[in-house]
Amino acid sequence: MSTVEAPEVVPVKTPIRGDKATRIRKSFSSRLASLLVVLLTILWTIPTFGLLVTSLRPQADVGTSGWWEVFTHPSFTLENYQTVLFSGGYNVQGGLMPFVVNSLVVSIPGTLFPLAIAAMAAYALAWVPFRGSNFLFFTIFALQVVPLQLALVPLLRLFNTGVHIGSVPVFPALGITGNFASLWVTHTIFAMPLAIFLLHNFMAQLPRDVMEAATVDGANVFLTFRRIVLPLSMPSIAAFAIFQFLWVWNDLLISLTFVGAGKDSVSPLTTRLSQLVGNFGSHWELLAPSAFVAIVIPLIVFFALQRYFVRGLLAGSVKG
Amino acid sequence: MSDLLSSTLAKLGQGGLAILVVFAVILIVFFAAGRATGRLSKPLGIVVFLGPAAVLMIVGLVIPAIRTFFYSFYGPVGTKYVGTDNYSWAFTNPGMRTVLINTVLWIILAPLVSTAFGLVLALLADRMGATSEKVTKSLIFMPMAISFVGASVIWKFVYQYVQPGQPQIGLLEQVALWLGWSNPPNWLLSAPLNTFLLIVIMIWVQTGFAMVVLSAAIKAIPGDVLEAAALDGASGFKMFTRVTIPMIRGTLVVVLTTIMIAVLKIFDIVRTMTGGNFKTSVLANEMYSQTFVQGDNGHGSALAVILFIGVVPLIIYNVRQLRKEHAVR
Repeated sequence: MSTVEAPEVVPVKTPIRGDKATRIRKSFSSRLASLLVVLLTILWTIPTFGLLVTSLRPQADVGTSGWWEVFTHPSFTLENYQTVLFSGGYNVQGGLMPFVVNSLVVSIPGTLFPLAIAAMAAYALAWVPFRGSNFLFFTIFALQVVPLQLALVPLLRLFNTGVHIGSVPVFPALGITGNFASLWVTHTIFAMPLAIFLLHNFMAQLPRDVMEAATVDGANVFLTFRRIVLPLSMPSIAAFAIFQFLWVWNDLLISLTFVGAGKDSVSPLTTRLSQLVGNFGSHWELLAPSAFVAIVIPLIVFFALQRYFVRGLLAGSVKG
Repeated sequence: MSDLLSSTLAKLGQGGLAILVVFAVILIVFFAAGRATGRLSKPLGIVVFLGPAAVLMIVGLVIPAIRTFFYSFYGPVGTKYVGTDNYSWAFTNPGMRTVLINTVLWIILAPLVSTAFGLVLALLADRMGATSEKVTKSLIFMPMAISFVGASVIWKFVYQYVQPGQPQIGLLEQVALWLGWSNPPNWLLSAPLNTFLLIVIMIWVQTGFAMVVLSAAIKAIPGDVLEAAALDGASGFKMFTRVTIPMIRGTLVVVLTTIMIAVLKIFDIVRTMTGGNFKTSVLANEMYSQTFVQGDNGHGSALAVILFIGVVPLIIYNVRQLRKEHAVR
């Protein structure tokens, strides 16, 4: 804003010599800074790069030489990917393909359900005034940092046995443990506080006159929500969707607890990968491509939609 | 192959059907509740909008959390009242002492180091050209998208140990040998070194987060503040300590506490790298092991409660921050 004024003021206060010195010092330090940043970036990328290279090297090379030797003896193959995706490899029956499907079937509803339910709640908290709504909002906000671990075991028991007072069932045993449904429900529950908080922050800033105009035109809360709030909130909904998708896709604790590692028809990719770490041991030609199969979809989502993802993160942390 | 295809279709169908049903139910309820008019209309709207979320959170978070609190005073299967035995076990058992010390190490090191790296990167990248700044940030931020399990596999390869005479495949050992350390230890087996090596993974993941958030805060410092400071003769390091840091203090603390909360709950890294063996276990991993491996829900619940108590100061702090911000608005 005020950069326009700067050229007028600076020359008056600082003599030409000083100005030149400043420029020189700045260019020097910015070159040094760039060098440092480039070094750190390389350092940060090397581990992933090394594993990527390894996943593409022939089996015979991987165990007998470091991946950095590809620079002097380049030799690549896609065979490892073929093996881990479709047949399994060393001591392991079956490829990763079914687990990719499992992860998708867990993650997509695991993203959509909490989004829908949280968007509704966030709208009510932001735009339908009622007594105690502020208190409710802060309670939900505080719930955000209740560790998953605190609710894990009782929730598992609830799914398995329901709730009884004496012998009277108060809440039915859902019997969904080990199914996709248990993961959908659990991910929806644990996403609630953060999702409501993020969406509320955004929705609360929508223009008041638009809302009032809708009410004047006779739209009830349902119509206002569907026709006005949802479309206007799309940026924050997209941001949270990406955040939640990555969270569900990358989760280990919930899937391990509610499905376990042995159930191949439901277990998501992350659980499988953590199992393969034990099975493959130091067969890096198999473990490396397995890891990349598990992280490629999050990486695509991340690089394609980075802007929204960053926005979601910023809304979640700078504001709170 | 046709097996794979049919099971794939069956699973996708299951997922698609679930999505259809949930959204159909929401729409039907909207339609039905939307017909109500007059005094009933608003309360009905509140119930429909807040009801599902409220039920989920009460049944799935609040009540289970309270039950865990009770379990922590009971024995392994939750039938025998044992008073505070589980807690005294948690604080006096020698194995548990290692777990607590490790957890403290994690909480201190991971947030501080990742925030420091993130801050330096945010400051320095700010001076680069737009394109190189973007590339740098993407690459450093990338680990945030990878699961902790994936990150663990990536770093397990870096830490892979092979006898020094053999051809090396792990980068860390190779670098150690190149630097003239002729007999490096088996990294992941030697305590306490292994805990630090696991913390490195967390730092690797969280630095990108710190960098992105801090970078946004730095860019949001008003230009006239910086100009005024420059006119008063502040430059370089002085500008950094006297102007930049005070201006982004709030964000810095939020980044620190956010990473702290994540670190307190860290489970996947320890589970995948060592399974908590070789003296690397931390609170959240030990909670899982006690509950599902040892089958002692009393111990596990006590650890979960301790974890919660560790998080409480952070909750209070964050709520206060939020209140302050609301007041300003």
